[in-house]
Amino acid sequence: MIPELGHFALALACALAFAQAVLPIWGAHRADARLMRAAPALALGQLLALGCAAAALVWSSVADDFTVLNVAENSHTLKPLLYKVTGTWGNHEGSILLWALILALCGGAVAAFGRGLPSALRARVIGVLGGSSAGFLLFCLLASNPFNRMWPPPLDGRDMNPLLQDAGLAFHPPILYAGYVGFAVPFAFAVAALLEGRIDAAWGRWVRPWTLASWSLLTGGIALGSWWAYYELGWGGFWFWDPVENASLLPWLTGTALLHSAIVVEKREALKVWTVLLAIGTFSLSLAGTFLVRSGILNSVHAFANDPTRGVFILGLLAIVIGGSLLLFAFRAPVLAPGGLFAPLSREGALVLNNILLCSIAAVVITGTMYPLVADFVFGSKISVGAPFFNATVLPLAAPIFAAMVVAPGLAWKRARLGPALIRLWWAAVAALAVGLTAALGPAQAFPALAFGAAAWMILGAFAEIVERIRLFRTGLGNSLSRLAGLRLSVWGTTLGHAGMGVLVAGVAGMSLATQNVVLLRPGQSVEAAGYSWTLVGLRDRPGPNYAERVATLRVAPLGAASAGGSFVMEPSRRTFPVQRMTTTEAAIETNGLADIYAVLGEERDGAALMRLHYNPLAPWIWIGALIMAAGGGLSLLDRRARVGAPAKARTRAQAEAQAPDAGSAVA
Amino acid sequence: MNRRALLLAPFGVAVLAGAGFWTVLGRMRQGSFDPHDVPSPLLGKPVPDFTLPGLAAYQGFSAADLLAQLRAGGRPMLVNFFASWCVPCVIEHPELMALSRDGLPIWGIAYKDKPEAASGFVAQRGNPFQRIAADQPGRVAIDWGVYGVPESYLVDAGGVIRWRMAGPITPQIAAEQLRPLLKTLA
Amino acid sequence: MRRLLLVLLLAGSAALGPAHAISDPAEMLANPAQEARAEAVGRQLRCLVCQNESIEDSNADLARDLRRIVRSRIAAGETDHQVVGWLVARYGDFVRLNPPLNAVTLMLWFSPVLALGAGLLAVLLARRRRIIAAAPLTEAEQARLAELLPDTGARAPGAGR
Repeated sequence: MIPELGHFALALACALAFAQAVLPIWGAHRADARLMRAAPALALGQLLALGCAAAALVWSSVADDFTVLNVAENSHTLKPLLYKVTGTWGNHEGSILLWALILALCGGAVAAFGRGLPSALRARVIGVLGGSSAGFLLFCLLASNPFNRMWPPPLDGRDMNPLLQDAGLAFHPPILYAGYVGFAVPFAFAVAALLEGRIDAAWGRWVRPWTLASWSLLTGGIALGSWWAYYELGWGGFWFWDPVENASLLPWLTGTALLHSAIVVEKREALKVWTVLLAIGTFSLSLAGTFLVRSGILNSVHAFANDPTRGVFILGLLAIVIGGSLLLFAFRAPVLAPGGLFAPLSREGALVLNNILLCSIAAVVITGTMYPLVADFVFGSKISVGAPFFNATVLPLAAPIFAAMVVAPGLAWKRARLGPALIRLWWAAVAALAVGLTAALGPAQAFPALAFGAAAWMILGAFAEIVERIRLFRTGLGNSLSRLAGLRLSVWGTTLGHAGMGVLVAGVAGMSLATQNVVLLRPGQSVEAAGYSWTLVGLRDRPGPNYAERVATLRVAPLGAASAGGSFVMEPSRRTFPVQRMTTTEAAIETNGLADIYAVLGEERDGAALMRLHYNPLAPWIWIGALIMAAGGGLSLLDRRARVGAPAKARTRAQAEAQAPDAGSAVA
Repeated sequence: MNRRALLLAPFGVAVLAGAGFWTVLGRMRQGSFDPHDVPSPLLGKPVPDFTLPGLAAYQGFSAADLLAQLRAGGRPMLVNFFASWCVPCVIEHPELMALSRDGLPIWGIAYKDKPEAASGFVAQRGNPFQRIAADQPGRVAIDWGVYGVPESYLVDAGGVIRWRMAGPITPQIAAEQLRPLLKTLA
Repeated sequence: MRRLLLVLLLAGSAALGPAHAISDPAEMLANPAQEARAEAVGRQLRCLVCQNESIEDSNADLARDLRRIVRSRIAAGETDHQVVGWLVARYGDFVRLNPPLNAVTLMLWFSPVLALGAGLLAVLLARRRRIIAAAPLTEAEQARLAELLPDTGARAPGAGR
């Protein structure tokens, strides 16, 4: 019964999405206020219906309803409750439903929080979102319906891939998708602006919070995925340049460019064409990534469904959305009034350079990911493009960004002089040099030393803006402190965003110095490695809900510390899942914020256990850095002046009436 | 005009990419393109040199034995890597029996298999192989470029590898690829 | 040149952190310099039965066999180039995670330069057109403007913003 209700709700949502796509845009075209006003209601209605559908699927999973094909293929009665709930999106059909749900949430959010927008713009934005939703829901209903039934139901399900039965799984996809899919809103704004034929500073200000929110979520989602791989896959890797990882990185790269480009639209009404193209491009990359992962075209450890038929449907969807918006761009972009002129050396110029570099990195990642397919299909040559290629090509492009992102905020708009911008960073440069040299003379080789220096440059340089604004050491301390208290949140946001990147680079540089030791230990034996003494206390069995677990107890103590104090216990284990016939390793990780100690249990031989003991300096900084970046985005979001519902509502209403005079007369 | 060209460039790129994917997907659905298959660099090259021991009841063989057999018989033969622990090998087995009955000489190499298990496999299911060798360490398989089982190599009368199948030889594959090739080589 | 590229690549891949699946201390070479070389070479080689992992990262049997082969050949004195070549002879270019530089992969390896170049070109072209568009008015145009805006005089405000 519940699955059928869910199915019906899904179909209802699809119908509402089609209405949401057509009516408001027609209304905006005709300046029909009633049709435009229908937009928020339709968006919220679609969200409600889709929410019910999702709830029905989760319910079916929790209630072990194996008449639902999706549940039978991916769940099991013994699966823990958390994974029954979160596992609904761990398979193809469920993840498409999650995509559609988040798209509907975007529409609902614009409906709820976009009250300050002029009604024509809001109607068009919601309309475009509705169009994307309609396409996705149609695909969901026709080609990957989670509510397909099977009769008679099996006694038990086929269980979920054990690698996915993990707490990290619960949060990684929703956050990642929220970021990915959230870029639909800037996309909708861009298309709406092209339809309307106008982009101005107000548009830049309205688009910013949505871009910030999606970007922060995407940063968090990617970082979470990387962290999950680090602790789950059991060998200390955190980024593999796997095609699916690349598919999530691409919208992040262009999304970062979009974020910065939109600032220029807001401040100087320049870079309009760049910004619109980036907005369209980012969402297009999200969509294209979804297609690639599900089409079976790519060799990837993540790839969901190897089904070319589904691939054809999604390709059609992409053709309409991406092709349509790019065609619109080609014809309507000239209508956008040209923006302010600026010299090559200026804040705008630096942001153009930023755009070019980020887009170049994106182009290289796309090329590397797709090249095996191209080489195979066109030349018949089977090659692999893996981490060595990407590291060699992306790092040289990223290095100028790292160097310039510290200097650029100090450049003036329109026309800048490089001297003052560099001079105010002298202390950061000195510190970076010192850090780099210390690292080079100490443990690191040339490459990591350079990276450490760059990280110091980025972290310290990020604070230069704040130092400048509070006139540190140039006025009294009291004055500086009061300025500090009065600083806008968005300044903190920028600082944290840039500094976070530096922390991340430091973490990656630290990981390159990681050491590992492979040892064979009997219970009671000890070994010394990486400045710690490791003692295998014992091996034992521990039953789990749907697995059998073998646990090793390790007592670890820093060398030179007192024997009792300072030691701690680590319990790495191996889990064997009988239903899926897979074994996973659960690494034990201890961290002190500055380094990770990482122990993995391998096979056992004659009572002795093979163990791999890692020491990863600065590893936690990789994810702390990403978290800081996302937090920076969040802080900027909280800055009242950047949000739509900001003060001067009267001015907003007057603006709205000025921009849509025909609609204004009908609106109360 | 120049501006229009520049603005249409992203659309152009998208259309090209879309057309490309469309073609790739079409070929994938037809089955004439598989992004996951790995071609062998040994095609068109002579068999690698090796010597392998046998199983309990079966004598092993070497590359020299292979070449001698080919010279004597004057017809192509199949070298098949299998294992008792490999499920697709069970699936492929009936087709191997059919091919053997139709006169194709097949020599088998047991990959990373205990000799008793491999012997048991052929005893239980029937023996399509004229000779069987055991490659327990799996090193010879690496010389052939094997990365999983089952894998089969068709060697022509001159000792040159002409065809390689990674995965089970299904009746369809045998009908569409192997048998026509055998006809042309005969 | 190729040697330089390989060194750069090895340095680059080292910079992004090791990830190992070696599960037997007996596998590792006694000489740490050789072991480091073997590891670096291993990270360039694809595990063929996994999706997109190197033989150093993978737990698979085949990966373990290939690791042993790499180490034994390095211990026997072969160069990195020779070891990779030995494997390519058996498994084709597919086994290399770091693609070779040849006619087929030319576009791939030049993609960063091409992308950067294309971006800079687009920006330059846009600027050139902008500058042309913002050129000063001709006499006839100035006269017409004076006609349209009589009270501001013949000097027109700047074209565009």
